[in-house]
Amino acid sequence: MSENFRIEKGGLINRNKKISFKFNGKKYFGFEGDTLASALIANGVHLVGRSFKYHRPRGFFGAGVDEPYAIVQMNRNNEVDPNVRATEQELFEGLEAKSVNCWPNVDFDIGAINNFLGKFFPAGFYYKTFMWPRSFWYKVYEPIIRKAAGFGAASIKHDKERYEHKYEYCDLLITGSGPSGLASAYAAAQNGAKVILAEDKSRFGGSLLTSEVTIGNQSGQEWAEKIISELKSMPNVIVKNRSQVFGYYDHNMLVMSERVSDHLPKTEKYIPKQRLWYIRAKEVIISSGSIERPLVFGNNDTPGVMLSSAAKEYLKIYGVLVGKKPLVFTNNDSGYETAIEFKKNGVDPIVLDTRKDPNSEIIKEAKQLNINIKSSYVVVTAKGYKKVKSADIAKISDDKKNLSNIENIQCDCICVSGFWTPTIHLASQSGNKTKFNDEIDAFIPSQSKQKETTLGSANGIFTLEETLKTSFEKGSELSKQITNKENNVSIPTVVEKKSSNHDKFWCVPLPEGKNYKRFLDFQNDVAVSDIQLALREGYRSIEHVKRYTTLGMATDQGRTSNLNGLQLVSDIENKVVPQVGHTTFRPPYSPVSIGAIVGREIGKHSKPTRKSPMHYWHEKNNAVFVDAGVWLRPRYYKQGNENLFEASKREAKNVRQNVGVCDVTTLGKIDIKGPDSAEFLNRVYTNAWLKLPVGKARYGVMLREDGIVMDDGTTTRISENHYHMTTTTAQAANVLSHLEYYLQLVWPELNVNVVSSTEQWAGAAIAGPKSREVLQKLFPDLNVSNEGLPFMGYMEGNLFGVNAKIYRISFSGELAYEVNVESDNGNYMWEKIMEIGKEFNIQPYGTEALSTLRIEMGHVAGSELDGRTIPYDNSLDGLVSKKKDFIGKRSLSKTAYIAPDRQKVVGVVPLDKKTSIPEGSYIVKDAKAKLPNPKLGHVSASCWSVEYDNPFSLAIIKDGKNMIGQKLFAMSPLKNKTIPVEIVSSHYVDPKGERVRS
Amino acid sequence: MLHIKCPHCGLRSQNEFSYGGDASVKRPELNKEVSDQDWDNFVYLRKSQRGKHLELWQHISGCRQWIKVERDTFTHEIFKTLKANEEV
Ligand SMILES: [Zn+2]
Repeated sequence: MSENFRIEKGGLINRNKKISFKFNGKKYFGFEGDTLASALIANGVHLVGRSFKYHRPRGFFGAGVDEPYAIVQMNRNNEVDPNVRATEQELFEGLEAKSVNCWPNVDFDIGAINNFLGKFFPAGFYYKTFMWPRSFWYKVYEPIIRKAAGFGAASIKHDKERYEHKYEYCDLLITGSGPSGLASAYAAAQNGAKVILAEDKSRFGGSLLTSEVTIGNQSGQEWAEKIISELKSMPNVIVKNRSQVFGYYDHNMLVMSERVSDHLPKTEKYIPKQRLWYIRAKEVIISSGSIERPLVFGNNDTPGVMLSSAAKEYLKIYGVLVGKKPLVFTNNDSGYETAIEFKKNGVDPIVLDTRKDPNSEIIKEAKQLNINIKSSYVVVTAKGYKKVKSADIAKISDDKKNLSNIENIQCDCICVSGFWTPTIHLASQSGNKTKFNDEIDAFIPSQSKQKETTLGSANGIFTLEETLKTSFEKGSELSKQITNKENNVSIPTVVEKKSSNHDKFWCVPLPEGKNYKRFLDFQNDVAVSDIQLALREGYRSIEHVKRYTTLGMATDQGRTSNLNGLQLVSDIENKVVPQVGHTTFRPPYSPVSIGAIVGREIGKHSKPTRKSPMHYWHEKNNAVFVDAGVWLRPRYYKQGNENLFEASKREAKNVRQNVGVCDVTTLGKIDIKGPDSAEFLNRVYTNAWLKLPVGKARYGVMLREDGIVMDDGTTTRISENHYHMTTTTAQAANVLSHLEYYLQLVWPELNVNVVSSTEQWAGAAIAGPKSREVLQKLFPDLNVSNEGLPFMGYMEGNLFGVNAKIYRISFSGELAYEVNVESDNGNYMWEKIMEIGKEFNIQPYGTEALSTLRIEMGHVAGSELDGRTIPYDNSLDGLVSKKKDFIGKRSLSKTAYIAPDRQKVVGVVPLDKKTSIPEGSYIVKDAKAKLPNPKLGHVSASCWSVEYDNPFSLAIIKDGKNMIGQKLFAMSPLKNKTIPVEIVSSHYVDPKGERVRS
Repeated sequence: MLHIKCPHCGLRSQNEFSYGGDASVKRPELNKEVSDQDWDNFVYLRKSQRGKHLELWQHISGCRQWIKVERDTFTHEIFKTLKANEEV
């Protein structure tokens, strides 16, 4: 298809580079520098989608971020990208996009029946209709609404694109590169400030690219180019295009999304799709400009009705005519600028001005060009369904209440200008108390809460001369306060055409007997009648009106609709706009992809992976790993075709029969030093610590102040004032913070220091009846006999040339030792243990075997110490000192904690000795009881006892101590299992603990 | 994201800190009689204050010191930060 709407010369596109692309499956051509929107319009395509609620045909309304309609779904690298504005998507070779909100296709949309059923879809329709019958909502209504509505479908595939995060600090962050942004950035940069200048579009310059002005002796566009190239060459300035500052958060933290490669045909390897910048700025200059306001008239959402500034932009930047028979409908001078551009390109526009007798330099120029101008004229309604074909126009009375001389005129587009709305979203997000400016009928920033300043048209200043002057001054002033340097820049002279006052008129009355839909919010299909209805139904607060009618919601965030909506509410309520107030602006200003927010923190990258020094040995020896907190630990070592169950059983059995070795590097370790260490431990742990001799370890339990067990582990007295504490892998960081809290805040008088030494030590647990023989061979010079190194003893030794610490502690319930060496020697130690242990049939064992060993011994661990149990629940009564005070002790006397039927850990064995009990199963008395079946407790951990060769579980159940011997049921609704069980002692194997002491 | 001035390290972003709750809570002394009510108040009862709030933060990814921060819970304004042993 050829381009019928491209003018021969002009625009900023590269006409030497033709680009092919597909829209809704059809192939078109455009040029490098086009957006998808400009290329489609060049090809005469104006129908790009269907509206949200009524499925009315949708075209283009704006030319950038202001676009409420033209949202498309992109297909890029076989990835779906929903919710993309065609006006922002730059064209690249092979681009593929399609319409959203239409089914089966954009030309024939079944949902459009909503349009003709319009009277059934008033404000609050969803709330009213679909609430009854209630059960229908989830099954019937919602799925249908979801299918018919929404702005495209998210991909259900894993997003293969790469997104990045970046943190940056600067003196001044400047959002927008129009005249105010350029001038303030330039002045600040000259004073040596570190400046970030962010432009949302691909081209810098903002309004300077489309306005007819002279700065110094250059055109606006040339001046912008010069300033930008100078800024780019300065080392203290970061200049970013395609970068939208979308959120203003606390303490001058702003977030910006940079579209790094969205405009490229294919992501090269290692080029991210988008980059999210977290910027902490000392000062923020908001130079986000303004957006043209629509005028409201009948069927003003018909494709071909668009902002006059957009029509001008398509012409001046892309060389594209939005129509060949344009009608310009304006209440101010901006419409004339667009009309003049049409005329200069050989197209005859008709201008309808709502004002009676407008007069200004621009209007004079239009008249000299013989442009047909009709004063006191309005568009009553657009005609045409999928594209504007004509318009009913009329003369309007001086009081703007009555229409006369209604006639129909041919046109193919209607360019509207209802004056300008400053873009105050960022200022409002920052907490700025905005105020209403009567002169421009719009809100502007007022009192700052954070360090921000709004300049230029975003601040309601619409002349270039004043914008440049104030922006140069402000940029210089703010930067000087930071850098203490001042390099004055001279403010250039400006030639621009003076404008006359705009007309406050914005909404064309309905002619008698007509009921045209007049839209306020184009994205959400909110018409004048919807707001009227909401107010009739009693909604008053603008926040409520917004939610009831959806005015100003979704991705559009009220950019084009806000003020007209407020005007209407004020008119009906007989209030002035400032009394009505505006709704809260919330980030993001424009949509941000979830991928960009997540960044690189996906899958395995969501937290750092920690590996022990022996990791590569485990890998080489067929370890299958499991995540244990941030650590990777061997779960089991696979031999041949073994599965998890077979391997862990073999490994556990070998510990019970011979000897096994387990990597325990991941245990938390805390080094404790200082003369008051013993006293401190005595307060932290529930048991007594003052009399622990040097060279001895002790098991301890620590509580939170509410009496709940926080963690357990052993602590060894290395020397008089030096202790080595171990914590569980999961709680290591919390325990350290906990200790620091008490030392720094509660008992600062204690002379104790704590530091994490988790990563300084590599640990190996050697466990099993033959472990002493292995240890003796590893340390031939030491006396490791039961007398030389008794249970809970500690020794230092030399392991084939490296220093080692030996703790006789056991988690498996077998005779066991933990050997620690400095991390760098970890692998060396491990290989020595394997080498020496060979003759004793040593085998490495993983976390699964480790669990089996501890469960059948009845040793409580994380699944019992789950943040809901107290020491008594875990049969740790013997460790709770009656004599001394400690953290959490006072809570242990709570009535519920000392109740006679308090929950307790017990053992559970299935009666058939075959069926494994799923973890999390409920224990109940009667499997057939009426639901909800009262539960006695839950199964916390399950294993296959290698000692007895049958399943065994631990459970925490009510009145546990009196339940031993009872026949109950374990029920797992998740697995649909009911298993008859017997309650036994939690110490299933070696209940007297003889093995560890042997 | 807040910007918190650690009295030991200087201005740092919130993600280096972890929150520690009301700084005005005093733990009852060890080995002293405490009524059930007083103990419960100490363990559980916290004001959910709107406005000025003296609270604890730990500079967990920095110097690891617990510090006191006087912050407005509504506006997030931080009035002052103090070392653990300093009083407002
Ligand atoms: Zn610090």
